[in-house]
Amino acid sequence: MAPVVIRHLNKTFDEVHAVNDVNLSIRDKEFVVLVGPSGCGKTTTLRMVAGLESVTSGDILIGEKLVNNLPPMDRDIAMVFQNYALYPHMSVYDNMAFGLKMRKFDRPEIAKRVQEAAAILGIEGLLQRKPRQLSGGQRQRVALGRAIVRHPQVFLFDEPLSNLDAKLRVQMRVEIKKLHDRLGTTAIYVTHDQVEAMTLGDRVVVMKDGFVQQVGEPLDLYNQPANRFVAGFIGSPAMNFATVNVSEANGALWAANEGMRIKVPAQIAGRVGRYVGQTSILGIRPEDLRIASSADPADLSFDAVVEVVEPLGSEILLDMAVGPAMMVAAVEPTVRAKVRDRLRLAVNPERLHFFDSTTEAAI
Amino acid sequence: MIEGAKWKRWVFFYIPLSAFIFSLLFPFYWMAVTTVRPDSELYRPWMAPNYAPFWTSHPTWEHVTSLLEETLFSTWMWNTMFIAIIATLISLFCGLLAGYALSRLKFRFAGSLGTGIFVTYLVPQTLLFIPLADIIRNFHLGDTPWALILTYPTFLIPFCTWLLMGYFKAIPRELEECARIDGASRFKAMVYIIFPIAVPGILSAGIFAFTLSWNEFIYALVFLSSPDEKTVPVGVTSELIRGDVFYWGELMAGALLGSIPVAFVYSFFVEHYVAGLTGSVKG
Repeated sequence: MAPVVIRHLNKTFDEVHAVNDVNLSIRDKEFVVLVGPSGCGKTTTLRMVAGLESVTSGDILIGEKLVNNLPPMDRDIAMVFQNYALYPHMSVYDNMAFGLKMRKFDRPEIAKRVQEAAAILGIEGLLQRKPRQLSGGQRQRVALGRAIVRHPQVFLFDEPLSNLDAKLRVQMRVEIKKLHDRLGTTAIYVTHDQVEAMTLGDRVVVMKDGFVQQVGEPLDLYNQPANRFVAGFIGSPAMNFATVNVSEANGALWAANEGMRIKVPAQIAGRVGRYVGQTSILGIRPEDLRIASSADPADLSFDAVVEVVEPLGSEILLDMAVGPAMMVAAVEPTVRAKVRDRLRLAVNPERLHFFDSTTEAAI
Repeated sequence: MIEGAKWKRWVFFYIPLSAFIFSLLFPFYWMAVTTVRPDSELYRPWMAPNYAPFWTSHPTWEHVTSLLEETLFSTWMWNTMFIAIIATLISLFCGLLAGYALSRLKFRFAGSLGTGIFVTYLVPQTLLFIPLADIIRNFHLGDTPWALILTYPTFLIPFCTWLLMGYFKAIPRELEECARIDGASRFKAMVYIIFPIAVPGILSAGIFAFTLSWNEFIYALVFLSSPDEKTVPVGVTSELIRGDVFYWGELMAGALLGSIPVAFVYSFFVEHYVAGLTGSVKG
């Protein structure tokens, strides 16, 4: 158990600048998730912490010790790989014991620790099997077991659930969370799945093109995304974006385009004010749109035509045309909407997001 | 399996397969039957009324016993075995390390070095034996087993290196990375994780190297001259063909006995060997 500090970390492969000035301070016992689309540098960052990639520049400290030039074996970490990386020629027991054997633990201690880990993960009955005789979920458990027997300072997870089917993924996600609560080991977890990131992370680091976009607690990322990328990446279905012209009329700010004309709420008008006469990007989450009732003011609603209806059970997703743009609204399952219906949608004025149209930073 | 009419199965499967098996096995049959035919039958003119080239009614072991008692065949067998095993071990050892390094380590010229090693394998032995003969003479190794033990690796190492390189590349990198995080040095990860998984590939390389050295002819012919230093292929052809007299019975007995060790090695490892060539790593 140890804090991990990453300072001005860079990695270049020939021409490609894969990781660009990443700074991150991970507290002891914290579960941090690195999330982003493929090629965003999250796995490279993790591999540099593991010692599997050399550091181009910057510092990595594990437990206040600079580890830049330490080989992986001396960093006191454990890593779980996407393809499990179980040693195919060894039994489950030997797979889990390998790290302890390499570190010259004596036999009774190895047996005790392997049994302990197997009990935690519910794989006591599989210890004599070979990896090829296991199902995907069981292999994943063995890979976790192999990581926890060593009681390392830091766990590193590299998309550990990507190879599992959807149902098993949800189940293992919960188990990883429980495991972390129980062991309290500092963990860095890499995934491209924002749901995994939101559910597992104490804090989430969103990356894109080698740059950190935003670091924060899951709900902070959801409620106050730092830029358009984070806003679109976090949340499912993704946030709707529309380019709007900002204008001032009748003592209020208005955001308008061909399909809508919305009054900017007073509490954010101050920040949006300097965009008067310019364009800006308006972001509305699908769950912040609802079917307008007669009580809704006209300046916080707009017309939309239903193009696709996706009933999910707990809610219905409506893909709708708003002027030239497309928007998704997540509405109550009781709404009876059909394709080509014209509906009036109301927005939640407190949950409007505005982004600069050139820098894409949140306004 | 071929689907459809019965005749299709015969035309495209059974008949070609039988022809293939027949043409493969016939030389062995010919060796065996010539070995046990008495001289009187072997040298009977083809127009004689009782001429029967494919069968014998008086099988005899006289060729085998004369091969073993009157020639140095058992010495040749021992020489060949000794040379083949040592040359194979040396080549496997070097091939393992070189193959691993070329497939896994990042260093300058790794790619061109790999190609360079492959190119040396393409240089024909019929050219290479001339400079090698000079080297052998300078080191005073002529007419000793070491002349072959040290020259066979010139073509065995490139061969083993390339076969193993391909095999190592097929093993997921994560296995090794995981081992290194688990506390193994690169060398230990190689020995405890990569080599055990690569056993089928290592066995195939070993079998191939063994067979190549067992059957090698040119170097053995050039570098060895005393009868009691010779290997089986050279000994049999040089001592059992005197001028224009072919001792067919002994020749074939020698060929038959000489192919037994190789056949034995192949049959023993056949499963690993196939897995090695198809490069299947099961996770």
